[in-house]
Amino acid sequence: MAQKAIVGEKVGMTQIWDDAQHVIPVTVLRIEPARVVQVKTGERDGYSALQVTYGQKDPRKLTKAQAGHFASANVPAGRRLVELRLDSVDGFQVGQEIAVDILTVGEKVDVTAVSRGKGFAGGMKRHNFRGQGASHGNHKHHRAPGSIGSCSFPGRVFKGLRMAGHMGHEQTTTLNLEVVQADLERGLLLVRGSVPGPNGGVVIVRNAVKGK
Amino acid sequence: MKTTDLVDNQFKRTDIPKMGPGDEVKVHVRVVEGGKERIQVFQGNVTKITGSGIAESYTVRKLSYGVGVERTFPVHSPSVSKLEILKRGDVRRAKLNYLRERTGKSAKVREKRDDQ
Repeated sequence: MAQKAIVGEKVGMTQIWDDAQHVIPVTVLRIEPARVVQVKTGERDGYSALQVTYGQKDPRKLTKAQAGHFASANVPAGRRLVELRLDSVDGFQVGQEIAVDILTVGEKVDVTAVSRGKGFAGGMKRHNFRGQGASHGNHKHHRAPGSIGSCSFPGRVFKGLRMAGHMGHEQTTTLNLEVVQADLERGLLLVRGSVPGPNGGVVIVRNAVKGK
Repeated sequence: MKTTDLVDNQFKRTDIPKMGPGDEVKVHVRVVEGGKERIQVFQGNVTKITGSGIAESYTVRKLSYGVGVERTFPVHSPSVSKLEILKRGDVRRAKLNYLRERTGKSAKVREKRDDQ
């Protein structure tokens, strides 16, 4: 699991130039300082994590349960509560602020977010099926999946067979993205490459768990 | 305003003149060879401008020893040290791909004259 993590919002993709005047495709993430609301430990909660919030929210719009939770932590209410699972939460206290400067340039990170929903998608889009021929007498079966099983033995379709269905809008993690810029002043994080989800979506950035 | 303008504006160049398809331009390109930097000039006609914002780019076509050569530059690329516009072209198309099939006099772009 990760040693450090932070929550932010996807702003969008653009490009910048490096010192060798090469273009780098980057995703811009807005990372506001996160405030620790609760520290979860292995002994008490069964796993170690930080419950954090970020941004501001009108206190009148909170439910009583949320207001009480923020009040007991003595932390100003934020836009949402996010849990960051970590190896160890030693040294973290309630009320502490985590900013984008925990990440350094050149470091590899994993970015987790909810991917864009694609709705009900066919086999070609969802599972990269090949489809069928455009011609040679084909009629109305150009994007059909083909055979889905045998005949009277087994007499049924196996469970888990890949078919058309809902695609996207699920938690997705992109591994080993390079940090290109970590701007504490403006609260921006630039990572090389693309990140799941729509612009404005919530993303969790943590240091890479695989690869060196 | 785009949401990524915060990042883009640092890299946008304001010293690049406005150009259009058909214009004859001189592109001064920085070339690094063996640790040394020198300027190489690429002169020709702008045949297309594509993209927008920070990713905008233009293609310049020239004839080099009878062979057509096209080179595409990002508008905001720091490797272009200077861009000069020599002539304004009088063209009726946004993409001048028809120049590829032409040679000699018919491959010329008429110059825009202000008195017309």
